[in-house]
Amino acid sequence: MANVPEDLHYSKDHEWVRVDGDVATVGITDYAQNSLGDVVYVELPKADEQFNANESFGSVESVKAVSEVFSPVSGAVVEAHESLGDDPEKVNTDPYGEGWMIRIKMSNPGEVDSLLTAAEYEDFTKAETE
Amino acid sequence: MKSNITKVTSHISHNEALIFERSQTGRIGYRLPPLDVDEFPIDDLIPKEFQCDNDLEGLPEVSEVDVIRHFTRMSTWNYSIDLGMYPLGSCTMKYNSRLNEKVARIPGFANLHPLASENDAQGALQVIYELQEHLAEITGLPGISLQPAAGAHGEMTGVMIIRAFIDARDGQAASAQRRTMLIPDSAHGTNPASAHLSGFSVKTIRSTPEGLTDLAHLRELCVGGHVAGLMLTNPNTLGLFEKNIQEICRIVHDAGGLVYMDGANMNALVGVARPGDMGVDVIHLNLHKTFSTPHGGGGPGCGPCCCTKELEPFLPVPRIVRSRSVSEGAPSEAAAKSDTYKLDFNYPQSIGRVKAFFGNYGMMLRALAYIQTHGNDGLREATEAAVLNARYIAQGLAGDYEKPFDADPMHEVVFTDKRQTRKGVHTLDIAKRLIDYGFHPMTIYFPLIVSGAMLIEPTESVGHQELDQFIEAMSSIAREAIEDPELVLNAPHSTRIGRLDEAAAARKPVLRWKPKQAATTAQT
Repeated sequence: MANVPEDLHYSKDHEWVRVDGDVATVGITDYAQNSLGDVVYVELPKADEQFNANESFGSVESVKAVSEVFSPVSGAVVEAHESLGDDPEKVNTDPYGEGWMIRIKMSNPGEVDSLLTAAEYEDFTKAETE
Repeated sequence: MKSNITKVTSHISHNEALIFERSQTGRIGYRLPPLDVDEFPIDDLIPKEFQCDNDLEGLPEVSEVDVIRHFTRMSTWNYSIDLGMYPLGSCTMKYNSRLNEKVARIPGFANLHPLASENDAQGALQVIYELQEHLAEITGLPGISLQPAAGAHGEMTGVMIIRAFIDARDGQAASAQRRTMLIPDSAHGTNPASAHLSGFSVKTIRSTPEGLTDLAHLRELCVGGHVAGLMLTNPNTLGLFEKNIQEICRIVHDAGGLVYMDGANMNALVGVARPGDMGVDVIHLNLHKTFSTPHGGGGPGCGPCCCTKELEPFLPVPRIVRSRSVSEGAPSEAAAKSDTYKLDFNYPQSIGRVKAFFGNYGMMLRALAYIQTHGNDGLREATEAAVLNARYIAQGLAGDYEKPFDADPMHEVVFTDKRQTRKGVHTLDIAKRLIDYGFHPMTIYFPLIVSGAMLIEPTESVGHQELDQFIEAMSSIAREAIEDPELVLNAPHSTRIGRLDEAAAARKPVLRWKPKQAATTAQT
């Protein structure tokens, strides 16, 4: 069963969000990395780039396919996790920790409330696999 | 005397070294005879700035026979359409007949210089013209250019034509507001790439649980007047015919957009249904799929772009035009006609040239030979056989593999690894194991919207026996996945090299062309 930490927020596109003040850290979920298979390349934005909620901010290439990753919240990128360029496997081995992708300064922190809770996300992935 | 010769089943070639590793100092391909003219220093003949450095340093020193044997041996490791079924979904790996090859090698065509004048190239131009006529008839779309060199190129040409048309229709300012291209979530990855390169932003249309374009979502996305067009594959990449195609075209047209059809799956339609009749405005074809010209190994391909009369002025130039004069009193009707062909550049609204000269000409000869040897009935029969074969596999494997959509497939069928996953066996493992049974694997993990997809396209080139063998092989793998999953997980077992670590190869690629030792020395 995929790991779904309690303290995070989730999107239906399988990204997670960790909120710290008005900065959100974004990555892809354990369920997502498991479905993608071995990640071989991660394409990330540069600092200061702006994204709207649900806009694609980069892509993840696995041995199966290239998939876009979407920002669950609006704002400007504070930091992109550039070392994923050398070690893309961190997305597989530690999706909620060292596999984080971007930190974004939220322009509308209220958007977090419309994301899924851990329990809701778990139900959502269950429905998707059935 | 009794012979001691025993049969061997494998050859030294399995230990083939790199051509660089076969290099021996001083070994050469051929020797020139002694010079029988006066020798001049090279600097007297060619100015220094035009001379290149000795960049042959490090190239292998081998003889002709070394080269021939090396590459011939390696070619025997390959799997090709001439060896057997190649069920790579979405690729239409049909047999390429020898007759087509013979036609492409007719010296008058093969040796024609690309800069030959129109007068000296009348026959070659006639071939292009006639092929265009056939393809226009097959698609129901009268405007056509054979320039694009491959499918994605034809796609991009089509999208550029849409953009040029809207610019002309609405004016630059209004057209700039229409920059959205709609693409279903089941589409080939090249579709969004072509749209993006042509200055459009992409919005994705959901598929319904039945695997078809979601009309409600399409209508929703069409609101607001920003839609320039829709890029649709029909049958779609799930192998399903978009039965609402006319309604889909109507919705997009009512919203002021145009419909581009990706012709990748035309093998399900040729001789049976025409995109032009469905309401499609522009389409590309893949001669290297549907019309039996070789592909794989990177081409060359040919991706003709066909469009409506309305879009014709925007096609790439030059266009091939025919002028026909009929003389009185000739002995027969045929003899009375005198046709001349020329390259016409005079289309001011054209998007311009998209390929040097006139595309990949050899492909056009092969496709014309394919069309003419089949004739109308033959083309229809090929289509029917392609669909029948896919449906035969759909039925034959329904007991062993999960089929995510109920509808009967067209020319290709998608299955998933859902049942096998319970035993830890996934699509990749099934594909690898299929190699042990002597088949090229199917397309895997595409379309992206189907988890663990296996997309199987047998084409019409496979007979009943081989279809049964394929079904048997797949059924056998399904049994193995239950009874002996390790066997499948570690496949292939019959190849030179076993399962490769694709992830490590992509993450930490080691790229070198020199022998290992030399490469290491060069780095330090």
